[in-house]
Amino acid sequence: MIEGILIGLHTALSLKNILMVMMGCFFGTIIGMLPGLGPMTAIALMIPITYGFEPATGLILMAGVYYGAVFGGSTSSILINAPGVPGTVATAFDGYPMAQQGKAGKALAIAAYSSFAGGTISAIFLLFAAPSLSKISLAFRSPDYFALMVLGLTAVSAFSSKGQFLKAMMMVILGLMLSTVGQDSLSDITRFTFNNMNLTDGISFVLIVMATFAMSEALTIILKGKDPSRATEQISLSQLGSIRLDKEERNKMLKSIPRSSVLGFLIGVLPGAGATIASFLAYGMERNYVNDDEKQKFGKGSVHGLAAPETANNAACSGSFVPLLTLGIPGSGTTAVMLGALLGFGIQPGPRLYMTNPEIFWSVIMSMYIGMVILLILNLPLIPYIARVLATPKNFLIPLILFFSVTGIYLMSFNNFDIFLMIGIAVVATFLRLYNFPMPPLILAFVLGGLMEENLRRSLLISDGSFNFLWDRPLTLIILLFTISIISWQSLRPLIGR
Amino acid sequence: MINIRKFIGLLFATVLLSSISTTSFAIDKLHFVIGGGAGGGWDGTARGTGEALTKSGMLKSASFENMSGGGGGKALAFMINTKPEGTVLVQSTPLVLRSITRHKGYVKGSGVLSYKDVVPIAGVIGDYGAIAVAKNSPFKNFKDVVAAYKANPSSVKMAGGSVRGSMDHLIGALAFQEAGADPNKVVYVPYDAGGKALAGLLSGETQILSTGLGEVMGARDQVRIIGITAPKRVSDAPDVPTLKEQGFNVQFVNWRGFFGPPNMSSGDKKKIAKMLGDVQKTPEWEVVRKRNAWVNIYNPDKKFVKFLKQQTKEMTALMKKLGVI
Repeated sequence: MIEGILIGLHTALSLKNILMVMMGCFFGTIIGMLPGLGPMTAIALMIPITYGFEPATGLILMAGVYYGAVFGGSTSSILINAPGVPGTVATAFDGYPMAQQGKAGKALAIAAYSSFAGGTISAIFLLFAAPSLSKISLAFRSPDYFALMVLGLTAVSAFSSKGQFLKAMMMVILGLMLSTVGQDSLSDITRFTFNNMNLTDGISFVLIVMATFAMSEALTIILKGKDPSRATEQISLSQLGSIRLDKEERNKMLKSIPRSSVLGFLIGVLPGAGATIASFLAYGMERNYVNDDEKQKFGKGSVHGLAAPETANNAACSGSFVPLLTLGIPGSGTTAVMLGALLGFGIQPGPRLYMTNPEIFWSVIMSMYIGMVILLILNLPLIPYIARVLATPKNFLIPLILFFSVTGIYLMSFNNFDIFLMIGIAVVATFLRLYNFPMPPLILAFVLGGLMEENLRRSLLISDGSFNFLWDRPLTLIILLFTISIISWQSLRPLIGR
Repeated sequence: MINIRKFIGLLFATVLLSSISTTSFAIDKLHFVIGGGAGGGWDGTARGTGEALTKSGMLKSASFENMSGGGGGKALAFMINTKPEGTVLVQSTPLVLRSITRHKGYVKGSGVLSYKDVVPIAGVIGDYGAIAVAKNSPFKNFKDVVAAYKANPSSVKMAGGSVRGSMDHLIGALAFQEAGADPNKVVYVPYDAGGKALAGLLSGETQILSTGLGEVMGARDQVRIIGITAPKRVSDAPDVPTLKEQGFNVQFVNWRGFFGPPNMSSGDKKKIAKMLGDVQKTPEWEVVRKRNAWVNIYNPDKKFVKFLKQQTKEMTALMKKLGVI
């Protein structure tokens, strides 16, 4: 293994490859910041360029774009509530409120440090355990995924404090309902499409996020007029860009990072989950670790609530290389495109890849360390300037947010129906927001709902219609029992405390 | 009246003149309409073909337009309604399947859109179907699978990367039907992508995987491909047996090809079809083909129409049997 690492280091440290990491990280960050444009599209369009390269160089470039995008996606989540990539949606839950409190620089810094830590820690896991980790990739079956999604839904409790419970639950149901639109994932039947063919492929996750977060936020600000933004306008610009964290914030961040990177990495290793699920799960789990005072801060600018998903999504991003490289299984659209590119290079992924092509296997992992450092160097000095985006007068900023939302969603599908659908959902979401309905539960339910239904029905198919699968496998049972204990703990504890 | 005639005459002259001036290229420019987003199969086919055509000097310039929606139905409707000039649409087997199942994106009024509403130019590449098992599976060939199925039908669960009635489902169902089993009794377990179906197979929750050969090529170290739906073995995977040589005469190809707008002239159609065939002999095409692991299956013009007709007939019969339609 030492030999492999040395070969990897040698390959990764060649001038050309360092240049590629830098290029990949740079483009990735920009693509990540632009809402709508994701790493999958970028990598797909980049493939023709990479064919002139050696396989290792090409893969290093593509990996750089991938984790660079997840790194950069947090910026737009925090500043304008418009997640750049699906994996950074949970970042907006606490990052955006923090920025609104005039701590945009701090929020961006926490995101950058957490992303860096998540990416680096998980690259260490990759280095030492990748070949054996492939077993975890294959340990999860449909019933386990179902249980995992149910566990993920408990994160909703983070938004249901202080009499918000009923409203949060109503949003969960709305999210679950929206996730059923389109062609049913198991049979050929279309549901709730109203005979409109634009709805047959379902509503895209990015569209829902852009409508309920970015666009409706902009519309709410317009409707509320001048009064609510008074507070932010008072804050001096120097404070906005400050990236200095005080001791307390640093301690909180350092507590969240280790547990979230382990969780994020493990979820990333699963082909049926990925960075988005990882960030939601980390967000929900983090709330279970912290004390009561901190719990109240979730959704209102908590350091824990920002650091956890940011660590987890980057860790998951590295984790997704386990099934890709050691099994040849792509867990997401982005990794599927990368697998196609690998095969195009004539590389056969598999458990023996680190023996047959050590220079590729190890150099990609080594390049991740370099990439993480580059991303940190690239991002930190820029934060004070980027944070000033918020200093832009609202009558310029809001049209810009609306513009990026519309173009972003059009670039995703090249279908103008999506633009109108997004505007429609955003209008509804704006009214819901004015009545204090929280949006994150809707997003959470939308993402988890589709996967939950699919895995439940698949489990039923495999078990010939019996519900035994819920307790047949120890893994399923453990996750479900864990879920039940979290729910009962949270609902019983106030009673016991009294 | 005279004016119109004059105009037509003038138009004719212009066309003639312009055809003289562009003798070096078979066709000046071609616009590719793609019914899905970047990174998908259709996208790769169109962009790859365009690249080979322009690099080999057969085409001056190629442009591409992604237009997703309705599982490709939106792009198809666009071709039929606006009849764009110098434009081709990339499509594949789902065009046939989705008109059979009356997929929402392909329904128009009381009828349904199909290959008959556009001009089939040529099928260019294809992917054969494959049945795979995990490396440690007791099944060594498709006969073993059939024997296990006949002993206990619920002991063989078949994974696939798409919904019931999709290509992945039909490949396996065809094989079981040929083996004398009721394809409707085979439990088909759908996943939402080929990679996830593969993970399902390797995690042990399903026993066999029915999908395209291209989907399992990346995991050849983990799976054993026990049969493909090709007439003979393919050069990229010479050790993989066909179902035919095991005594199951199953042939299925997921073709990908190009279609013109309904008013495309027969001359233009023939010209483009010939160009798509000629390009396959160039080294530029070979580069693109190799990196995408495509199988050349050139099927032009009338032959293509005949093939589409035959595939529609076979698939309709199978889907009726499966109760999908």
